[in-house]
Amino acid sequence: MSGYLRIRNLSVALRDSGARLLRSVSLEVAAGEVRGLVGESGAGKSMIGKAVLGILPRSVEVVEGEIWLGDVDLLRLPPAERRKRVGANAALIPQDPLTALNPSRRIGGQVTDRLVDILGWKRAKAEARALELLAEVHIPDPARVMRSYPHELSGGMRQRILIASAFAAEPRLIIADEPTTALDVTVQKQILRLIAAMQARHGTTLLFVTHDLGVVSKVCQSLSVLYAGLMVEDTTVADFFRAPAHPYSAALLAATPKYTDPWASLMPVSEAVIDAVRAEVDAAETEWRDAR
Amino acid sequence: MPDEPLIRVENLRVSLADMTQKPLIGRAPRLEILKGLSFDIPRGAVVGIVGGSGSGKSTLGRTLIRLLEPTGGTIRFDGRDITHLDEAALRPMRRRMQMIFQDPMSSLNPRRRVAGIIAGPLRLHGLDRVSARVDEALDHVGLPRAFRNRYPHELSGGQRQRIGIARAIAMAPEFILADEIVSGLDVSSQAQVLNLLERLVKDLGLTLAFISHDLSVIRRLCTRVMVLQQGEIVENAATADVFDHPQAAYTRELLDAIPLPDPDQANWA
Repeated sequence: MSGYLRIRNLSVALRDSGARLLRSVSLEVAAGEVRGLVGESGAGKSMIGKAVLGILPRSVEVVEGEIWLGDVDLLRLPPAERRKRVGANAALIPQDPLTALNPSRRIGGQVTDRLVDILGWKRAKAEARALELLAEVHIPDPARVMRSYPHELSGGMRQRILIASAFAAEPRLIIADEPTTALDVTVQKQILRLIAAMQARHGTTLLFVTHDLGVVSKVCQSLSVLYAGLMVEDTTVADFFRAPAHPYSAALLAATPKYTDPWASLMPVSEAVIDAVRAEVDAAETEWRDAR
Repeated sequence: MPDEPLIRVENLRVSLADMTQKPLIGRAPRLEILKGLSFDIPRGAVVGIVGGSGSGKSTLGRTLIRLLEPTGGTIRFDGRDITHLDEAALRPMRRRMQMIFQDPMSSLNPRRRVAGIIAGPLRLHGLDRVSARVDEALDHVGLPRAFRNRYPHELSGGQRQRIGIARAIAMAPEFILADEIVSGLDVSSQAQVLNLLERLVKDLGLTLAFISHDLSVIRRLCTRVMVLQQGEIVENAATADVFDHPQAAYTRELLDAIPLPDPDQANWA
């Protein structure tokens, strides 16, 4: 089998110290699949999405590995070609809808940018498509919203706009980076349902970065769990929630709040579990250094 | 009077100037944030205050400890009317009511060491045995005393939040307001901080108001739950009642919207 997105042995390291932030990570997302990428802050889950999209911060670099999008290894392309390839095939739904939208531009232009710049559409055609998309993400009165500025809209509305603009150019891959973390729980539910419905309708491959296992259980079919840049578990959602295989991911699940089960959830992660997974990380690091 | 609640709130109203609607010349219109709330917080209770963004939960918290002055109604703390006390008259009350903030990074002075951060309010209130109180506070929150000499940036998120808690309890307050204090933390440190709070409430006999948007966290920690929607209390009952038999439609909506870590959860597809 071959996934639409295939990451092989990806290591990302700080440029100055050489310390690895991602440690030989491999994962596959099949075409049309929704895969969750889970971990605590600093685990490197957003870093994977950034490496795929080619938007890593300047302070880090890819030191080894392959990132296949379809039949092309993005890391072997010259930068201009890579940007073109990624722009035409992949899009991002970012976490914070307020910082992701330009406050001084109307919504319309921000949704049509992608169509005009990447697909080379005429503005009129792009605007007609943007109106359709805003309607598709259930924005009331799309024509008025096209003329609005971001501050005139609620957080939920802004996130809908970012979803519309991510799907605008019909990308085959979307990376959603904590897309509901800044939202109220009732709005989160609407947005998660919307992302799931859009993904199913467009058949998009979706890599869903989140710290919330509750969210994973709602929208994903499979998941990868990261700790300190090391992938510790890679499994299906059905198997994971029945019985997580790795002690760290089991501890993460037991720490996740569950109001229906207040005394068997929110369990602190024990030091023994942390020590064991740290030892795994150290072993992986030693092995990697020895191999070089 | 042992039966008297620690805090009694009657018909509390707060309105603030709506600066987004302010005309160029003239006064901004008033925006009513809290619309006449009445409730008691009994001694030793752990009250969860929950609601969506804009429901007024943080405004309510800040008004309870008189960081804001109400526009109407009364707040009694330990029988004393503190509704309109001025800062000088409030000063001796301040030691008895402390706050823990949401974001420990922005509420801890990055240029001071842990000992100085915890000692600051103690010195301000002229308390004795400052150094010993700092050590005791660190003991209470389960951090080594050697942390006295650390700076906030040298600590993890969970450790920083413990310092915020230590600073509050060092004052030996009767009432603590905790505003979204675990929402910025990873789930593993979230669980540790909640366990710590649970223990401190018992050991120190604290009364706690715990503001959160997360009902799962509230269920674990709180004895009572108050649900706010657009500046009004839509539900105020014992925790088990709120979760087992929610009365308000809004409470049910909040509960149904929580994504439980369970792929077979009903009402979700």
